[in-house]
Amino acid sequence: MIEKPTMTLLSACSKGGMATVCKINATGPLKQRLVSFGLMRGVEIIMLECSPTKSTFEIKVGNVNLALRKEEAALIEVCDVR
Amino acid sequence: MSAKQITIALVGQPNVGKSMLINSISGARLQVGNFTGVTVKKSQVSFEISGYDFKIIDLPGTYAFTDYSIEERVTHDFLINEPYDIIINVLDSTNMEKNLQLTAELMTMSKKMVLALNMSDEADKEGIAINAAYLSQLLGIPCTRVSAVAKSGLDELIQSVISVFNEPQQEQKLIFSEAVEGEITLIEKYLTRHRYSTVISNRNVAINLLQKETKTYRALHDNPIWTELQPILIEADHHVLLHHDTDDMKEAFAEEYRAFNRGIIAETVKTTNTGQNKKTLTEKIDSVLIHPVMGIPIFLFFMWGLFQLTFEIGSIPMDWIDAFFGWVGTTVGATIGNAEIRSLIVDGVISGVGAVILFVPNIVILFVGIALLESTGYMSRVAFLLDGFFHKFGLHGQSFIPLVSGFGCSIPAYMSARILKNDRDRLLTLFVIGFMSCGARLPVYVLFTGAFFGPAMAGNVLFGIYILGAMIGLIAAKVLKMTAFKGADEPFVMEMPKYRLPSVKLIWHTVLTKTMMYLKKAGTFIAAASLLVWFLSTYPKNHELSAVYEQKIEMESREETKKILENTLAEAQLEQSFLGQIGHIIEPIFRPLGFDWKMAVALQTGLAAKEVVVSTIGVLYSLGSDATEQNNSLVNAIHENIPFPSAVAFIVVIMTYLPCLAASVVFTREAGGIKYFVYLFVFTTIVAYSLAFLAYNIAKAIG
Repeated sequence: MIEKPTMTLLSACSKGGMATVCKINATGPLKQRLVSFGLMRGVEIIMLECSPTKSTFEIKVGNVNLALRKEEAALIEVCDVR
Repeated sequence: MSAKQITIALVGQPNVGKSMLINSISGARLQVGNFTGVTVKKSQVSFEISGYDFKIIDLPGTYAFTDYSIEERVTHDFLINEPYDIIINVLDSTNMEKNLQLTAELMTMSKKMVLALNMSDEADKEGIAINAAYLSQLLGIPCTRVSAVAKSGLDELIQSVISVFNEPQQEQKLIFSEAVEGEITLIEKYLTRHRYSTVISNRNVAINLLQKETKTYRALHDNPIWTELQPILIEADHHVLLHHDTDDMKEAFAEEYRAFNRGIIAETVKTTNTGQNKKTLTEKIDSVLIHPVMGIPIFLFFMWGLFQLTFEIGSIPMDWIDAFFGWVGTTVGATIGNAEIRSLIVDGVISGVGAVILFVPNIVILFVGIALLESTGYMSRVAFLLDGFFHKFGLHGQSFIPLVSGFGCSIPAYMSARILKNDRDRLLTLFVIGFMSCGARLPVYVLFTGAFFGPAMAGNVLFGIYILGAMIGLIAAKVLKMTAFKGADEPFVMEMPKYRLPSVKLIWHTVLTKTMMYLKKAGTFIAAASLLVWFLSTYPKNHELSAVYEQKIEMESREETKKILENTLAEAQLEQSFLGQIGHIIEPIFRPLGFDWKMAVALQTGLAAKEVVVSTIGVLYSLGSDATEQNNSLVNAIHENIPFPSAVAFIVVIMTYLPCLAASVVFTREAGGIKYFVYLFVFTTIVAYSLAFLAYNIAKAIG
């Protein structure tokens, strides 16, 4: 297990940034949902847009565009933010 | 010789064009039926090709084998429990990696399967080349490149379905990592050694056991070998989880599938990139439509347009329909001699059915609009934009559409709540739609505001009523969320699909099906309900009363007095009818709100349809049932007979009490059971009564 020191939450990422998912702190149905969208450990994501109040984010996972609330984005730990 | 029947389950992730494909395959032979599900329907299409009877069941889109939304549950249940011969798994060729994730899960089901690589034309345009033959070989499943839009590859797909149907089942080649394969082999060997055999291979039984698939688990649980098998499974479980460094088997398997799919894609999909850094068309459109500043105004403009269309254009055929049923009523009425039967047919049946059909133009236009928003992919953007605001009230971004539709008519609003994929979000939205004042309540508001305010002020008050209703709705949602729908927030994770041009044929098909459903189901109930109201307000008939009045009317020579006498008779008849009797019985309940029995009765008839309140008030204040909200004498009668505080309380009740019967029927069906109707009744009654009580006393105190 190599944990990168630069671990941040997805909710803290800024628009246009890229990162790699390293941990998903969700459980149960939400975890399954995220996984079924391809949001898994080791996957690259791009932060595309955020809603006017910064309460909803749009990210790109592989070929899929996903919308997430701030609360859900805060469950996803990313590293290697660029 | 009778044709052989092939039953096909059409499965795929959302937005891969399943319905479009089913449309293109069946073409003109389309014959659509509907299963009676709770809310989400699986539609079925039957047709015949080269001597085979095809029966295709179009299952709702599902991302994975989970029970997250109603759609996924419907699909999952069907695939596990219902009989079918073959699965056609539809994939979006432009997004193979995500789509294969579901395919991998389907492969563990040991069913005959065919893959339809849809949108192959789009893939060609994007420079994605898929080697379908090699893919078929690697997966052990026939794969066909098709395009539902360009109608290509459809015959090949049908042929491969037929040949798969006639051949014995082939073992599909799903390969896991070495660690997991080891565990699978161990379990498989154990099962074989103990001569365990079912219709599916022991390898798949082993995979299902590892994935904790309920049905397989239950089957083996009752088998004597379970005592020995269980420790093996626990051990295997432990190993797999350890290997994946997780405590979630679903995650472990998802990672396995992903690794497998990546391998497959590396072999079979070649992307000749036409500039990786170039923004896709979808991203370009998104930069305008979900722009932080421009996004919401653009959306509001679209909604405004939709509602203009719905209620401006919709009102034209509505007038025709209204006139038509008026004409049918008179014409048919003229042929019936018996007054009682004539009243039953004309006032009961024909006007009841007319009321149902009256809403069809509105519903059709609104459905077309919603189908457009949905099929283009814009709906997801709306949810994205508005979720922040609605989330504060415990609602979902997509709740906006049904709530705004509620200002037109609650019936399409309840039906459009289906766009909410999550049960709790949908139920909560259904419960507050009624607070958005529907168009039928407008006449009542106009009548009362006209009676108590000058023309300049009345408009503002009217607008205030609408705003107040919406605010009560949002607050009610918040209260419900904190009480009845308490619990952790439902997560908001949603795919933003690519923008696509909508298909006219598909929209037509969707709208037609939905409209027919409305006519069939709501129609029967609404007609029956209008009959009931007609009966309650017509019987028992007091013939002595009629005789006395008719004598008086005949004696009277002046037309005006005749009219007044006729109206007084109607009022007297209504007072002693069942409805009037009920009104008198329940009057004490409404006394704290300042209502007399007439207002109580008017509210009751409003349960049949809100606009009826005006005509009932007309009858009760002896002005005849042809009273309208513009009728000056009615406005005066209200001003003279109803104290201002009572009128305020009355308006509040109209704003918040139970939706009309037609809407309630639709609500009950959409919510999924009569118990929800009971909840709605209790909830709206409490809200209406307490708010009206409050309003009455405040208005009285102010003066």
